Amino acid sequence: MINKEMSVRDIVDQMTSGMTIGIAGWGGRRKPMAIVREMVRRDDLADLTIVAYGGCDVGMLASAGKIKKLIFGFVSLDIIPLEQHFRRARQAGELDIMELDEGMLQMGLKAAASRVPFLPIRAGMGTDILTHNPELKTIKSPYADSETFVAMPALKLDIAIGHVNKADKLGNSWIYGPDPFFDEWFCRAAVKAYLSCEELVDTSDFNSPDMAIKMPIERSLVHGVAHVRCGAHPTSCAPDYGIDVGHLKKYSKAVGDAFPTYVEDFVSDADHTNYLTAVGGEDHIRTLALPVF
Amino acid sequence: MTYSLAELCIVAGAECFRNDGENMTTLIGVVPRISGGLAKLSFAPGLMMTDGEAYLVSEPVPVGPRGDYKPKIEGIMTYERVFDIVARGQRHCFVGPVQIDRYGQMNISVIGDYAKPKVALLGARGFPGNSINNINSMFVPNHNTKAFVAGEVDMVASVGYNPARYPDGKKPPYLDLRRIITNLCVMDFGGKDNNVRVISLHPGVTFGEVQENTGFPLERIKNLGDTPAPTDAQLTIIRDVMDPHDLRASVFKDNPPGVREAS
Repeated sequence: MINKEMSVRDIVDQMTSGMTIGIAGWGGRRKPMAIVREMVRRDDLADLTIVAYGGCDVGMLASAGKIKKLIFGFVSLDIIPLEQHFRRARQAGELDIMELDEGMLQMGLKAAASRVPFLPIRAGMGTDILTHNPELKTIKSPYADSETFVAMPALKLDIAIGHVNKADKLGNSWIYGPDPFFDEWFCRAAVKAYLSCEELVDTSDFNSPDMAIKMPIERSLVHGVAHVRCGAHPTSCAPDYGIDVGHLKKYSKAVGDAFPTYVEDFVSDADHTNYLTAVGGEDHIRTLALPVF
Repeated sequence: MTYSLAELCIVAGAECFRNDGENMTTLIGVVPRISGGLAKLSFAPGLMMTDGEAYLVSEPVPVGPRGDYKPKIEGIMTYERVFDIVARGQRHCFVGPVQIDRYGQMNISVIGDYAKPKVALLGARGFPGNSINNINSMFVPNHNTKAFVAGEVDMVASVGYNPARYPDGKKPPYLDLRRIITNLCVMDFGGKDNNVRVISLHPGVTFGEVQENTGFPLERIKNLGDTPAPTDAQLTIIRDVMDPHDLRASVFKDNPPGVREAS
């Protein structure tokens, strides 16, 4: 019987310095933050290449000095547009940058998922994305139109991490929020994918056609599942809880010299129950309204 | 009825969508949101729009706190489907760039040197793909030479009518920049070789003032006139339906009137 259940600690044990790690979710939404905090706690984990539609996952790893190279379409907390930790690191020139169009990033993941070296995309042509990433090549259509496209290279990930509403020990998973984002493509582009989940359930729980249409990640992609209630906090996990704007304001202020205090208050203690208490408790998190845009 | 500058800009913004059919609108910011809603509720009922999250809605969602209002869902528009609709081109973005240049190239990424920028903003987001695939209009609340820059924008996130940036100088097939709404005027790209052109001035503003606040030379249409005033019916939709909490009052400092008072 397959059993992929592991702890957050086990998941981060799979990571080594220099790896390329994809983080699923979108900005301030459904980020695997419990796993990210464990990454911050590892003194020996460094020089990572992070691929993400970024939010506080990227910000926190940047302030913790874990990122060598960032491959991104944006970094934003959504409801708070500018991510202060990313800004500080970016403005200081600390990060190697591969800034992409959002669609180019997806195309890179799709290329990796299809085991082809690149996929053509119109986005990026004519922009400074190409100026600043000389490694990105273009390709002329071999057909009569002869239009030139960006040949978006495969973004191969060593590991992808994500957070879902429900999963079982086999690696089946269910994303109940209205938008599954690009979690599927992060998992498909990765050698190994690991998920944290709000609820760990029996496989029989998924025995429903209505649920099956919300299961974009087949279990063969998933190498480990960790049960972490409120594991996306302070990002949202629709429909269970919204973005913790109050906490993110505190986090946004904890930039530079103030970051170690934030780490001490909310990251250093590996006990997730203690984390939930420190941020106001699970009941409080579950009352957080989903964002209104 | 008297009206504010924000209301004038909202009505001018709605005009961007007049012949849009069933395009999906992406409306970033208070003025674009209300503009798109006004267009859909008056002369462009076919427009598709979302609740700002993931659902397509059959009527535009008012801006600000919703109270008991529940979005009227008519379908799903996940981000992945947004990417699909971008590639197909049935979309009109109404966005707020930080910088624009004479070619219509836009920047929301960084200000200053790319390697060590003075200000890091969001990143390119979907601007490269949006601009080369679907229609774009712009709202710029502060019309000045910092926004409308003299050279090219610091980071070209969004493409424009700049032949130097395309293979063989050939304009990409689906590039379509429509209008720019600012606190001073309405402009489009209908000048010679897609030059930026003033098509109406907000009441009390002169062409000279617009030119002075723009970092590149502007054209003007013949018989340049005032931006049309909102009608009573439009003001009712704006005030009672789309923006009951008056978020538009904070778009411009001191919420000035639409007809500039003589100083």
